Amino acid sequence: MTALPMVEAIRLALGRAMEDDPDVVLLGEDVGLDGGVFRATDGLFKRFGEQRVLDTPLSEAGIAGLAVGLAAQGLRPVLEIQFTGFIYPALDQIVNHASRLRTRTRGRLTCPMVVRSPCGGGIRAVEHHSESPEAMFAHVPGLRVVIPSSARRAYGLLLAAIRDPDPVVFLEPTKLYRLSKEEVEDDGTALPLDRCFVLREGRDVTIVAWGAMVHEALDAATRLAAAGVSAEVIDVATLKPLDAGTIVASVAKTGRCVVAHEAPLTAGYGAEVAARLAEHALLNLIAPVVRVAGWDTVMPLPRLEHHYLPNAARIAAAARKVMTFR
Amino acid sequence: MAIAAKRKGKADEPDAAPADLLRYYREMLLIRRFEEKAGQMYGMGLIGGFCHLYIGQEAVVVGMQAAITPQDAVITSYRDHGHMLACGMDPAGVMAELTGRRGGYSRGKGGSMHMFSKEKNFYGGHGIVAAQVPIGTGLAFGFKYRGQPNVCLTYFGDGAVNQGQVYESFNMAQLWKLPVVYIIENNKYGMGTSVERASATTEFHQRGAAHGIPGEAVDGMDVLAVKEAGERAVAHARTGKGPYILEMKTYRYRGHSMSDPAKYRSKEEVERMRTQHDPIEQLAKVLGERGIADEATLKKLDREVKDIVSAAAEFAQNSPEPDPAELFTDVLLEA
Ligand SMILES: Cc1ncc(C[n+]2csc(CCOP(=O)(O)OP(=O)(O)O)c2C)c(N)n1
Ligand SMILES: [Mg+2]
Repeated sequence: MTALPMVEAIRLALGRAMEDDPDVVLLGEDVGLDGGVFRATDGLFKRFGEQRVLDTPLSEAGIAGLAVGLAAQGLRPVLEIQFTGFIYPALDQIVNHASRLRTRTRGRLTCPMVVRSPCGGGIRAVEHHSESPEAMFAHVPGLRVVIPSSARRAYGLLLAAIRDPDPVVFLEPTKLYRLSKEEVEDDGTALPLDRCFVLREGRDVTIVAWGAMVHEALDAATRLAAAGVSAEVIDVATLKPLDAGTIVASVAKTGRCVVAHEAPLTAGYGAEVAARLAEHALLNLIAPVVRVAGWDTVMPLPRLEHHYLPNAARIAAAARKVMTFR
Repeated sequence: MAIAAKRKGKADEPDAAPADLLRYYREMLLIRRFEEKAGQMYGMGLIGGFCHLYIGQEAVVVGMQAAITPQDAVITSYRDHGHMLACGMDPAGVMAELTGRRGGYSRGKGGSMHMFSKEKNFYGGHGIVAAQVPIGTGLAFGFKYRGQPNVCLTYFGDGAVNQGQVYESFNMAQLWKLPVVYIIENNKYGMGTSVERASATTEFHQRGAAHGIPGEAVDGMDVLAVKEAGERAVAHARTGKGPYILEMKTYRYRGHSMSDPAKYRSKEEVERMRTQHDPIEQLAKVLGERGIADEATLKKLDREVKDIVSAAAEFAQNSPEPDPAELFTDVLLEA
C-alpha cells in the first residue's frame, strides 16, 4: 500500500474502473494526450487507448449531451469538466436530460454518467476556476452530488459513482489534490454513496463540512480541544442524497452544530443541513445552528481570497459562540 | 517570404504610410515587452490566478486595430493583454490588474482575464471560451439598433470555434446583417490539443459558409496583411452587408497559460516560427528596406517601450492591495 495525494487516488480509481469494466469511457478537454489540467488522467490515454480516453473539442454542452447518449446505451461515461465554472454551458444537458432520463422513461433507460470537476478555492485562481456550485446541483432531483475530502475517500467514492446507475456530479476540491497523502489500497472497494463520515468524535459541538472545509473543521476541532471544547467533525461527502441520520444523531448528542462551506451563505447547502436539524433535532438543540460560509459575492482574486474563504479560525470562533449561547 | 511581396493590393498603392508602419512596430513591441514582463512577474509570484500571454500573435491585434476607428468596439477571450494595449488602455492599469491591486482596471477584482474599458470601447476579456462571441454579436446589434456606423471586432480562438454558441451567433449575425467581424485567432492549439485533433475541418474561415458569411484566411504574422484584410472585412460590416470572418494564421510562442507541460508540440516547431515568422522582426525588415528606420532608431524605440513597461510594472507592484470591503462592492447596485 502506498500513500498517495488525492489526485493520484482519483487516477487510480479511474484506472481500476476502466480495467474492471470495458464500458467505462473517459472524455473531456485535454484529458488524453495531456493527462488533464490537474493530471488526474495522466497515463490513462497510453494505457487504455484513444477509443476509451477521448480528447474532446471545446464543446461542454455537446460533450455532456454526448455522454447522456452514451449512458443511455448502457455505457459509463466519465466526463471531466476542467473547472466547475465551465459546467454551466453543459447545465442544460445535465439538468434537463441526464437527471431526468430515469423518470421520463420510467426506469427503462438510465443515465450512469459521472461529471468530474475540480472545485473550490485556495489555489489563487479567479471566479469560475474557484467556485463551489454544489448547492445548485443538490437542488436538482435525479442527480447525486459527491465531494471527497481525502485520497482514500476519493478513491472509494469515485468507484461508487462510476458503478452507480444514475448521474453523479463529482466535485473534487482542487486545493486537496496535492495537499496531503493517505494510504490507498487499489482493491476496487467502493464506499457507500449514502453515508456521512464521522471523522472525529466529540461531545460538545458538531462541525459539519465537506470538501476542503473538512480540513479546516478538523483543524478547528484541534484548536477547540486545546480550549476544552470537544468537537465532533462530520464529512458529509455525499450531499445528495443526504445522510441526515448521521448528522441528527450527532447533534442529538452534542446539542450544537456549526456548518462550514466555501460557497456563498445565502441558499447554500448549509441551509439544508440547518433545516434538517430544525425538523429532526429541534428539542436537542441548545443553540442555533450557525453557518460559516463564503460571502454573498463573486469569488475574488488571490489578494482577497483569504478574506473570502472560511477557515479554521472562523469555524472555531463560531463553535465558541454556540458554546456560550444562552 | 518577404512581407511586402505577399501584398494582395495593387503594387503602386502604398500599404501604409511610413509613420503608420513605425507606429505598428511600436505597438507590437509594447505588447511583446509587456507580456515578457508579465511572464517574469508571474514567475516571481507577483501575479496570481491565470496569465495567458499573447507573445507571437501581436500582428493580429495591431493590424486589426489599424482597420477600425476608436468608436468601434472590441471584445475577446482571456488572452487579452494585447487587445487592451492595442485599444490604447494604460499599460500600468492593465499590469496592476494582473497583480490584483487597487490601481488595476477592475480595481483588483477582475485579474488577467476580466478587464474592461468603456472609454476605449473594450468590452472585456472573457474567461469562458467562446462566451464573448454572442456578446460581441450583441454589441454589433446595439450599433445597428442605434443607427451608429460602428462595427464590433469579436476575437476568439481555434478551440473556441467548436463551441455551439459560435454558430448560434453566426446565424443571428447574418440573419440580421449585424456589423460584426469575427476574428478567429488560429494559433494551432487550444490548450494542449492541436486543431487537427479537435476539429473535423480546419479551414476555419469557411465555418460561416453554411450561413453565407464570407471569410478569408490571413497571414496573421504579417501586420500589413492583417490590416489589409481587416479593412476589407470592416468595410463589409460597416456598410450593412453583415458579418465577415477572418481566420488569422498565427502562433503563440509561450505555453497556453503559465503552467503548460508542452507535451503537444516540439521545441523545433516553436523555434521555427520564432525565427522565420516573427511579426516584429518581419516588420523591422520592411522598415529597414524602405529606409524608414535603421537599427539605431529601432533600438531607441525599444528603450522607450521598455521604460513604459518598467513603469507599469513598478506601479503594479506598489499599488495598494484592494480593501477587503471591496468584496461586497458592485455585486448589485446598493439600495
Ligand atoms: C467553456 C470553457 N471550457 C474550457 C475552458 C478552459 N480553457 C481555457 S482556454 C482553453 C483553450 C482555448 O483555446 P483557443 O480557443 O484556441 O484559444 P487560445 O488559448 O489558443 O488563445 C480551454 C480549454 C474555458 N475557459 N471555458
Ligand atoms: Mg488556440
